[in-house]
Amino acid sequence: MTKIAETVNRFPAGGQKVLQTVVRYLLMILLACIMFGVILVIAGKDPIASYKDILSSTLGSAYGFSEVIVSMIPMLLTALAVALPFKVGLINIGGEGQLYIGAAFATFGALTFPNLPAWVLLPLMVILGMLGGALWAFIPGYLKSIGLVNETITSLLLNSVAPKIVGFLILGFWHSPRDTVRTPNFVDAARLSTFFGTRVHLGLVIGLILLIVFWLVMKYTRWGLEMGAIGSNPQAARRNGIPLAKYLVVIMCLGGAIAGLAGMVQVSGFYGTLFPNFSMGLGFMGFMICWLAGGDPLGIVLMAFVVSVIYSGGNLLQLTRGLPYAVINILLAFTLFIVLGRPNFFKGKKS
Amino acid sequence: MTLLSILGVLSSAIFSGTSLLYTTLGEVIDERAGIVNLGLEGVLLVSASSGFAVTAISGNPYLGILVAMLAGGLMNMILGYLAITRKANQLASGLALMFFGFGLSALIGKPFVAVKIHSLDRFLLPGMASLPLKYSSLFKFDLLIYLVIPVAILVWWFLYRTRWGLSVRAVGENAETAYASGRNPRRIRYQALFVGGMLAGLGAAHLSIAYTMNWTENMTAGRGFIAVALVIFSKWDPLRAIVGALVFSGAVAFQLLLQSSGVQVSSFLLDTIPYILTLIVLIAWGGNRRHSAPAMLGRVYQGSE
Amino acid sequence: MPVQPAAQPNPGPFVSLRGITKSFPGVLANAAIDLNLYASEIHALLGENGAGKSTLMKILYGFYRADSGQILLNGKPISIRSPRDARSIRIGMVFQDFSLIPALSVAENIALFLPHLPFVLNHKEINRRILDFSKRYDLQVNPGALVSQLSIGEQQKVEILKLLLADARLLILDEPTRVLAPHEAEALFKILNGLRKDGYTIVLITHKMKDVLECADRITVLRGGHLAGTLLRSDASEDKLVALMFEKKLTPLNVKPRSVQLEAGVPLLELRAAETRAAGLETSLKAIDLKVHAGEIVGVAGVSGNGQKELGDLALGMIKCARGRKFLFGRDYTHRSIQQVRRNGVGYIPENPLTMAIAPFMTVLQNMALTRTWKYSRVGGLRMDWKEVKADAEYTMQALEFSFPLYVPARSLSGGNLQRMVIVREMTQEPRLIIASYLTRGLDVQSTIAARQALIQARENGAGVLLISEDLEELFTLCDRLIVLFGGEVAGSFKPEDTNIYEVGHLMTGSEGQHDKNR
Repeated sequence: MTKIAETVNRFPAGGQKVLQTVVRYLLMILLACIMFGVILVIAGKDPIASYKDILSSTLGSAYGFSEVIVSMIPMLLTALAVALPFKVGLINIGGEGQLYIGAAFATFGALTFPNLPAWVLLPLMVILGMLGGALWAFIPGYLKSIGLVNETITSLLLNSVAPKIVGFLILGFWHSPRDTVRTPNFVDAARLSTFFGTRVHLGLVIGLILLIVFWLVMKYTRWGLEMGAIGSNPQAARRNGIPLAKYLVVIMCLGGAIAGLAGMVQVSGFYGTLFPNFSMGLGFMGFMICWLAGGDPLGIVLMAFVVSVIYSGGNLLQLTRGLPYAVINILLAFTLFIVLGRPNFFKGKKS
Repeated sequence: MTLLSILGVLSSAIFSGTSLLYTTLGEVIDERAGIVNLGLEGVLLVSASSGFAVTAISGNPYLGILVAMLAGGLMNMILGYLAITRKANQLASGLALMFFGFGLSALIGKPFVAVKIHSLDRFLLPGMASLPLKYSSLFKFDLLIYLVIPVAILVWWFLYRTRWGLSVRAVGENAETAYASGRNPRRIRYQALFVGGMLAGLGAAHLSIAYTMNWTENMTAGRGFIAVALVIFSKWDPLRAIVGALVFSGAVAFQLLLQSSGVQVSSFLLDTIPYILTLIVLIAWGGNRRHSAPAMLGRVYQGSE
Repeated sequence: MPVQPAAQPNPGPFVSLRGITKSFPGVLANAAIDLNLYASEIHALLGENGAGKSTLMKILYGFYRADSGQILLNGKPISIRSPRDARSIRIGMVFQDFSLIPALSVAENIALFLPHLPFVLNHKEINRRILDFSKRYDLQVNPGALVSQLSIGEQQKVEILKLLLADARLLILDEPTRVLAPHEAEALFKILNGLRKDGYTIVLITHKMKDVLECADRITVLRGGHLAGTLLRSDASEDKLVALMFEKKLTPLNVKPRSVQLEAGVPLLELRAAETRAAGLETSLKAIDLKVHAGEIVGVAGVSGNGQKELGDLALGMIKCARGRKFLFGRDYTHRSIQQVRRNGVGYIPENPLTMAIAPFMTVLQNMALTRTWKYSRVGGLRMDWKEVKADAEYTMQALEFSFPLYVPARSLSGGNLQRMVIVREMTQEPRLIIASYLTRGLDVQSTIAARQALIQARENGAGVLLISEDLEELFTLCDRLIVLFGGEVAGSFKPEDTNIYEVGHLMTGSEGQHDKNR
């Protein structure tokens, strides 16, 4: 009888891999910061002082830090909305639109049932938000399945349509008596509660929980296994009896639902009202964060944090250095360029 | 609704549609080669701001136009490097370019906000001068407007009547076969991106230098995305894009007309017209192979040797 | 421009291949092959799959480089390093899956491959040249039509026009009749005849007797990478050709004696008049009647491309019958899903494990669970019982005497180990029916023996096996019954002891001629 081959787990220790990844990311961010520093110099500003400003306003004070967390919350969800479909090989570029429709559905709930207690209203709004997002994700998927319509194109178009629909709904039906460009403030029962006098709201808990659930599902459950198989080799998965078509539809809608949830979380937790164009590219930002993080939940948290620091810091930069706020986009863009360009920092190892 | 007001809508559509058409023509060439540019918004902003800046400094709008075109080509080269050479995902690369454009244009344009420039002259075509003033004044256009349709025809001619255009279309449909025929798909994509970028820059130049004659942050207001939609609506055909650009920009002007005649339609809904129209067109022609996208659109060419 | 017909005698060969040898990892594709090609001839290159025909011609076309040997053009040695070189010496090739761009027109597809294309395209001129060749050789197509609107037969004409307009003098056609209807094949032969009269050299790579006998002037038979013989058409007969193609020595296989069993009971798998509709260049199955009983191995012989892949996929449920019925274990499974098929005890070992059966980036152990996730899931799917997966896998590995690591990514396994892995996985569930497709293709000797043993073992345990293979030796030694697939139809059905390789060979090549029963 032949000896059974060594079946003991000989995979390299997880820790070493994590360390390598973190160092790689740090190097990339550092490179981006240096490149941005060059831009600052060309613009006639002091780069060291600028970076000091960014860090002090974001990480230097408790309130600054809490503001970073606040702006991070929706991006956790929109990034997850891309990461989940990505596991089965789907690219969800429609997050921006899904977010708006989810926010609209949730707003409908808040405005229509102001007298419900919070423990009923909030879950209802969550469900509505997810429903709206799922619906917006379903449309491109459905169109793809009946005709030869590319789902990326339809998603992009729907991204542009959704904010306009929201604007129309506000202007036409939902606007507050005094102010035609926003809805009335949500009642307290429709607001996600905040912590410790900061603006950090329950959405953070929701986001983190969902990310943890995502990680657990992928690692331990049957569905995670099947999804991984689909992502790895869809035709083989089909031959092995995994219901491919069902998974693709369900996961896409689930991704949309999470993006819709992000919308609900923003209007309920952060703004307390709905107004047109409230998302300044949160959906696209989530797409980019997921890409930076390689779809990994921990990476998403880290990258969302980094992006939030950059954007929050940009605020101060505008005040103290006289730079337009938009300039901070350059730093983000450099980071993205470098990650997309996949440089090899470690000799001989593939990124 | 008088003839005057209708003509007014038409005039307005032509004014604002010109930059849209140039941009769309550029994107048609890119997408024909198989590359979708989600960063078009950023490209437009950088071109508009740099062209405007140069015009303000030099006093010469033609110089500004040239600089804007160059800026557009160079911005697209960044997308090219990421998507072609580094084989990164086109959507992500495009979005990164968009963010870059937001930031860079703000930086370039900041000193020039509310600055006045010496713009392009506007003139009438010889035949039009004989019309009554209230009509003819609507049709005093600048050089770029008069050139836009000839340029569209030129783009069509390049794509369908030249060897280069055939190569571009072959690469966008099946890069492997194009390679087998002795062509270099990577190089052709870079070329398409540069030409496309220059046309986008031209569109941006018209917007800031000739039409609005000023610079503000984010002045393109989504034109980049509208252009991407318009490319689809025109089924990747430069000539159809002419009609499409008129329709799309007409929608905005039309909305003003409706409002002035007392019809209340939400501006938001009217803004959706370009996208809804494109969706309808997509669905209606979805099953027909003749109207589908270049087969390799959005896919990375892995390449052989 | 048509080449001058042989009015000026030039007796030497136009192109010669001398001693061409080429090997790929693990297989010797061409072994010192000599071939002479003359102007004004149609030369058939005949052989089974794996005989080396395609490789040889791809070397001539510059797609591969020979390990050793020479290519001579009009007696002078030349070097062909790429298809471009080949095209510059007027050699052209039409591949099996065509290289046309559907969204472009016929004229544009042709223009793409023209050697001297001016910057400004002259459509009139191109169309004129197309029509010239069209008229001359009966290759009627509309130059303005989009390729996507053309039938397969018309597309093939465009491919030939492409070569002609690019000034090719030697045309290589790889299995041209595989996707043609009979009348389209007739039309093709007429066209080739016309070209031959005008001095063109045509090489026809094929495994079909009809192609060869209808239009070839000379025939070269390859077998197992070696040159089996070159004949003039006048000297060739079906028997001679089949003998050259299939001469095999049956090496004794360590096969345990077959247990005698009767065709009792309900068939495990039954196809009744099953038909499939193929898309594009795939093969449609027609009127398939097939039964597999418990305790028997049914073999499917045939040159690949005649419907084998479709048959395996049909049995699994990957493609559905357009007409006819499929029964599994006596029940109608015509419209059931793959999951249902597998759940009822069907295992599937596909021809290419890496692309068709496994998730490359997941570990071997994880792959083991993929076909029966329901069995190993606990707490409603929240957890997977990896201990049991491992136990089941190890049990089967012991029984089959296979061993391979479990915790590495699947794609890091060698081809042989991948196949073993798939076999272990499929056998673990003790399937009642096994569908095995090209089980031992590309495997080394050891893995081959192990794989065949596994099938025999399964049969001993009462399972039924549908074995699709191109290895006649394997089929004759393992199977209890044998059918031959040709052109998507069942060309014959026998017990191995009632037939011989030559009869089967005839059916595999589509010939129905009389044969010598005594061989």
